[in-house]
Amino acid sequence: MIEVKDLHKQFGDLEVLKGITTTIERGEVVAVIGPSGSGKSTFLRCLNMLEIPTSGTVSVDGFELKKKGANVAKARQNIGMVFQQFNLFPHMSVLDNLTYAPINVLKVSKAEALERAKKLLERVGLSEKIDAYPSQLSGGQKQRVAIARALAMEPNVMLFDEPTSALDPEMVNEVLDVMKGLAETGMTMVVVTHEMGFAREVADRVLFLDEGILMEEGKPADLLLNPQTDRAKRFLEKVL
Amino acid sequence: MDFSRIYDSIPYILEGIPVMFQVVIVSALIGISLGIVVATLKIVPNRLINFIGHAYTAVFRGTPLILQLAIIHFGLPQLTGYITTPYQSAVIAFSLNSGAYISEIIRAGIQAVDKGQWEASDALGVPYVKQLRSIILPQAFKNILPALVNEMITLTKESALVSTVGVLDIMRRAQIVGGQKAIYFEPLLFAGVIYFTIVMILTYLGQRQKKRLRKSDGR
Repeated sequence: MIEVKDLHKQFGDLEVLKGITTTIERGEVVAVIGPSGSGKSTFLRCLNMLEIPTSGTVSVDGFELKKKGANVAKARQNIGMVFQQFNLFPHMSVLDNLTYAPINVLKVSKAEALERAKKLLERVGLSEKIDAYPSQLSGGQKQRVAIARALAMEPNVMLFDEPTSALDPEMVNEVLDVMKGLAETGMTMVVVTHEMGFAREVADRVLFLDEGILMEEGKPADLLLNPQTDRAKRFLEKVL
Repeated sequence: MDFSRIYDSIPYILEGIPVMFQVVIVSALIGISLGIVVATLKIVPNRLINFIGHAYTAVFRGTPLILQLAIIHFGLPQLTGYITTPYQSAVIAFSLNSGAYISEIIRAGIQAVDKGQWEASDALGVPYVKQLRSIILPQAFKNILPALVNEMITLTKESALVSTVGVLDIMRRAQIVGGQKAIYFEPLLFAGVIYFTIVMILTYLGQRQKKRLRKSDGR
């Protein structure tokens, strides 16, 4: 469902992605791992054109995403994204965070949007926070609201950009549990993460990126326990 | 120093207060509208339009306000053949000038909003105008309002410049009284007290506003 072909991204003189080619199937959970600065976040951000690739193509459901305009806005409605820093709208209540885009972008009725929001909050275990503002929530709660906000658009794919990296350790699991639950529903997910436990347990496939190159990919059991490249070996020795 | 000599002129000088406020309030309203337009020119994704916005700001911030006022009042009629009254010239000059400063305040306020807010709304497919109106501007407003109050204070003080084109404001009236009675220190000092009092009141109101905004941050 997502096809990435020879993706390059350059920031000035710095080439962050050096030709990435891969395909993400419907219903697949893909974990993207690698050292910091390996380009894994940039790779993820290219999938919904938050970063415009320097060259190469990204196609979602057979449609190639072009730089900007209607095509991308349309595609983004089907691609949910969860950020490291949550990026909830601080001036809106939790409910408004969840209903703003469905009402204003998808033109869903208010009643329908409210219904969706309630269900999603129940699913992430935050029903009682419906009228709270983001500043009244803990990091883990914010991230769960952010996941619910993305799901309120009923996307086909969910992208996660280091969703637990900004959290206090005791809050990591509540977010990972929500993500696990989501994976079990058959959602297509691409997750940039440092949580090797999550990658091993939940992912169908792991991509190892280093210096902008897709060094290795495979089933988590194979890649994490028996890496083929030296780079992957060295990296995994440090983190496992 | 003998203030008893200007007692009978005090009402005359005080009549300058509404005159001053007329200049300041009208200029501020036009200036804010203009500032919004110029700020928009500066942030839309188009280099040529950006340049126009920046050029406008550079010219009005890069030259003395008293010069702008003089060109509009004394210079322009030579080209247009249309003579503006002192009040009109004052409002035109102050509106154009404050528009430049206010556009910078608005632009900075918008750009200070966390980049993540643009990205999050981009990722949800929110179109640009709605993004600006519902997500970015409400947050930018908190950055903009305190700076805007400062600009109003500056405008109030600088408004004394309109005396140079003959608007009968506080400053001008104080000078006239000085001329008539051949004592300058007392009327000018009195004018100073009026300006100082007004500025202190505005500063106080601004501080209170700031506190209220800070409180609402903790929602």
